[in-house]
Amino acid sequence: MILNINGQQQTVDADPDTPLLYVLRGELGLNGAKYGCGLGQCGACTVLVDNRAAFSCITPVAVLADKRIVTLEGLGSADNPGPLQHAFIEEQAAQCGYCTAGMIMRAEGLLRRNNQPAEAEIRAAMQPNLCRCGTHMRILRAVRRAAAVIRKNAEAGQ
Amino acid sequence: MRYVALVLVALAMLGTGGLVWLGWYPAIRPVQPPARTSFPAASIERGARLAALGNCMSCHTAAGGAAFAGGRPLQTPFGTIYASNITPDPESGIGAWSLAAFVRALRQGVDRRGQQLYPAFPYDHFTKLTAADDADLYAFLMTRGAVRAGKPGNELSFPFDHRFLIAGWKLLFFRAAPFRPDPARDAQWNRGAYLVQGLAHCGACHTPRNLLGAEEAGHMLSGGEVEGWYAYAVNGASPAPVPWSADSLYAFLRHGWQPQHGDALGPMREVTDELAGAPDDDLRAIAVYIASGLGKGAMRPVPAPIAAPASSGETLYQGACADCHEKRGGPPFAGIDLARSSATHAPNAIDLANIITGGIPASGEERAPIMPGFGVVLTGRQTTELIAWLRARFGAAHPRDGIAEAVQAARAKTGQLEAAR
Repeated sequence: MILNINGQQQTVDADPDTPLLYVLRGELGLNGAKYGCGLGQCGACTVLVDNRAAFSCITPVAVLADKRIVTLEGLGSADNPGPLQHAFIEEQAAQCGYCTAGMIMRAEGLLRRNNQPAEAEIRAAMQPNLCRCGTHMRILRAVRRAAAVIRKNAEAGQ
Repeated sequence: MRYVALVLVALAMLGTGGLVWLGWYPAIRPVQPPARTSFPAASIERGARLAALGNCMSCHTAAGGAAFAGGRPLQTPFGTIYASNITPDPESGIGAWSLAAFVRALRQGVDRRGQQLYPAFPYDHFTKLTAADDADLYAFLMTRGAVRAGKPGNELSFPFDHRFLIAGWKLLFFRAAPFRPDPARDAQWNRGAYLVQGLAHCGACHTPRNLLGAEEAGHMLSGGEVEGWYAYAVNGASPAPVPWSADSLYAFLRHGWQPQHGDALGPMREVTDELAGAPDDDLRAIAVYIASGLGKGAMRPVPAPIAAPASSGETLYQGACADCHEKRGGPPFAGIDLARSSATHAPNAIDLANIITGGIPASGEERAPIMPGFGVVLTGRQTTELIAWLRARFGAAHPRDGIAEAVQAARAKTGQLEAAR
């Protein structure tokens, strides 16, 4: 089947009930999304599906035929990080780093629909993703920082 | 012709006048909010446990609002009713209510000023309370922190926005009468009956309602709809594939979870959360009484899954559900075997649609069940196919119709939730 990932049509050879995460990591070598619990409970595998954060570990590819999927790799690279990636680096919002990709994608989903979220909205949106190192305050700072940058870019663009 | 019209108008006026006369109650004189010291500590403590059994807080507390300060919307087929502030604030709450005014509200559905109360407030159950329990509840509520909080006006469609009609409703459906114990049964059973029929008002959700919103007398606890959820039958018509027993009911009420039956979800989750403050003996009594109404049932074997025709629903199940629900992930993340789930066996797909679409959100810092919602990735059509397959495989006895409607309602509800965030 064909999947639209990071703006590219990718032909994948997988059973329709295969979770997206396995296709991303196993077949396409997109290792940004992490395998945490495999049960949609921790958020390490978060990607965007039609601009909304989804757990790729429990999303069978069968439902994704005509959807736009964005992974961490779709936001920028090490040399040219996107605003959220940059903000996470600036705020040093990682301890072990395992949750970071999912955190960034969850925040990306929020900022795509609302680039001036209130603190309560950020906390509510990030709630499904877990971090066991205790980096939460830095993660929240990074999301606020990225939101400010995105707003500034949007204003500059007008 | 004109004569007939005149007679009709006269009858309507007489009827209205009659209802207004029937429904008229005097105001009860306001009092100074009683001091905490005027209540024995033991009475306040008993009242706290009674309030937990009566689930007062979940209806009388708005999302993110102060406890008991009201404002929570209750969706009914007639419109939205907002719960009252029952903190002892003299202006916006019940601070100026004497015990007599409080008791009149519980037993007759009339507030301190003499205004008729909508039966969303379950006085059809609370009328059975003993005077002692009334007084303890009063002691508990009057010693909560007073919160000044008004509530939005009710949004009811015509003619239900006219409170004098409630007098007519009461005439048809409401009997103010205390609980009558059954001398043929033991004390525990009677305690359970008193709680279930009275304070715990189980029937408010679990009994079907007629067109005018009254519980159907002949169908006590045979399953009802509330706030977009289906409250399963807890009498002989229970859809649970594993028959309930007094022990399993007790465990479910005590912990909000029972291994053979799964989790309390939707509005029932709020109930079991609040029951955490209820005494063991009372939960056991409720369980014994409910179990006695389930019939003998014997232990049916859990129906084996049947080979359902292959469909995209099966693909979705294998990819999205099976890891947890077939315990491939192992504890602590292990959903219930869907062959044992009441939701898959229920007479309609309402709760399945709600759970699949919205998931089971994490609840604060509490240790509690959790399930991701699939409304984000599944379309309505895919959800419908998944449910049809689940019901064919695990709950074959039930019809397949109504699934698309249930899914549509569930998706609309989750959409609203997201918008409210």
